[in-house]
Amino acid sequence: MNTSVSIAGITLKNPVMTASGTFGSGIEYSEFVDLNKLGAVVTKGVSLTPWSGNPTPRVAETYGGMLNAIGLQNPGIDTFIERDLAFLSKYDTRIIVNVCGKTTGEYVEVVERLADTNADLLEINVSCPNVKEGAIAFGQDPKALGNITKEIKKKAKQPVIMKLSPNVTDIALMAKVCEDAGADAVSMINTITGMKIDVRRRRFVLANKTGGLSGPAIKPVAVRMVYQAASAVKIPIIGMGGIASAEDALEFIMAGATAVAVGAANFTDPYTTEKVIDGIGQYMTDNKVSDINELIGCVE
Amino acid sequence: MKIKETAAVISQESLCGGVYSMWIETNAAEYASAGQFISVYSNSDARLLPRPISICEIDKTSKPGKLRLVYRIAGAGTDEFSRMTTGDRLDILGPLGNGFLAPVSGEISPDMTALLIGGGIGIPPMLELAKSLTCSVITVAGYRSSMEMFLTDDLESAGKLYIATDDGSFGTKGTVIDAIRGEKIEADMIFACGPKPMLKGVKDLAESMGVPAYISMEERMACGVGACLGCVCESTAIDDHSKVNNKRICADGPVFNASEVVL
Repeated sequence: MNTSVSIAGITLKNPVMTASGTFGSGIEYSEFVDLNKLGAVVTKGVSLTPWSGNPTPRVAETYGGMLNAIGLQNPGIDTFIERDLAFLSKYDTRIIVNVCGKTTGEYVEVVERLADTNADLLEINVSCPNVKEGAIAFGQDPKALGNITKEIKKKAKQPVIMKLSPNVTDIALMAKVCEDAGADAVSMINTITGMKIDVRRRRFVLANKTGGLSGPAIKPVAVRMVYQAASAVKIPIIGMGGIASAEDALEFIMAGATAVAVGAANFTDPYTTEKVIDGIGQYMTDNKVSDINELIGCVE
Repeated sequence: MKIKETAAVISQESLCGGVYSMWIETNAAEYASAGQFISVYSNSDARLLPRPISICEIDKTSKPGKLRLVYRIAGAGTDEFSRMTTGDRLDILGPLGNGFLAPVSGEISPDMTALLIGGGIGIPPMLELAKSLTCSVITVAGYRSSMEMFLTDDLESAGKLYIATDDGSFGTKGTVIDAIRGEKIEADMIFACGPKPMLKGVKDLAESMGVPAYISMEERMACGVGACLGCVCESTAIDDHSKVNNKRICADGPVFNASEVVL
């Protein structure tokens, strides 16, 4: 049985990875999950310098989902390379580094700093809805998205995955723009902008007022967007948004995703990634599927 | 050692309006210490995130051991927990965070006096702490009114107990700080858990007394293990994780030296 998939020439032992921001760099979750089992660890967004993030409260539960407005708190690229990439080098898994910045120049500088590291792939965060500068500002404008993709591709040593926002009118167009600008893959979806109000106190629940919605509540939207993007581009798609089981993951794969990421479900059960991997294997056995690649985009 | 498992409810009782006491049987008890917390998961798929609940008492005499959780209904999740009865099962993860005694191990001698301050639903972790300490213990508990008092018998059997109520219906009228000043309580160190304004009062009190204070912080959490960066608090020093001034309450705390955090 073959469960391995390939993204821009990089082979993953299975298609299951962690969604950026929900798993740190794996240090905390390594107490529960055998990171060697994962197709890849996608690290939390890293910027050029340390970022403090937003005021608290930063998280709120909603029906079947959660809102977050962490604001990309991270230690900056120096500490990240020294500590987090060094930690991940001990494991037999692919490393995908999520990169964020306020300006194109900052993104490019982080990408350049990663050139000679053990990062296998780069995921460019042009879709975080919780920061005032950068991120989603690039991801909602096709022209800006194309430009930053081109600038990053000029300097990147590793293959580049552009992480797309669902907060757009036409996701297929955004995926196509990335493909045309040279992106090696796209990942989707980042969170959907949302809001929660405490009616008793008449206050916003999040200090940031708005946050990004994730969890099972957004899965149908994410599956639809992966399907639409897969119909528009030839580059691989990494699908995510509410995956909590193997069945969820298979929906994304059948919609056209080459790989999938588990996000908020890590908070509900730290063992979710392993359960999804085992469940996909079980599905393949039960349904006599010898190669997972047969399932990619197989929906009819 | 953090344990993720399905625990069994041994017993559940209502202590006073909205406050419940639940004993659960879990292997997490073996590794638990005063001031740590556990994540309790809902049985409803609609509620994704665990509820962080402080540990009120630890019983390691059996295997698996037992944990006592005393909590207030704050929403649908804790309401669900309050309806559980003997034999019901619930998923937990823990023990999580660093307890009260981690930063002071070896610094407490039997001739010292520890002042334990709890406010409202911050009182429960003080019970296990009072039982764990080998020195003299004075506990000051603050409640809204005599109608909302709980755990007073347990706390009294674990040390000297003073009570403050907002409305003066029992003990000192006013805050825990008013009670401490009114009773002229002195101590070698302070441990506290409660609402932020109380913790600020405790920090100021400790500074005026010239003694260290170890306070337990609270914030809305998601992962509970230090990965998501949801529950940070402003720290006076650059933190180790993100190299900014944000310590993670779930992983770096919840207990901090009061001088470490900005309140």
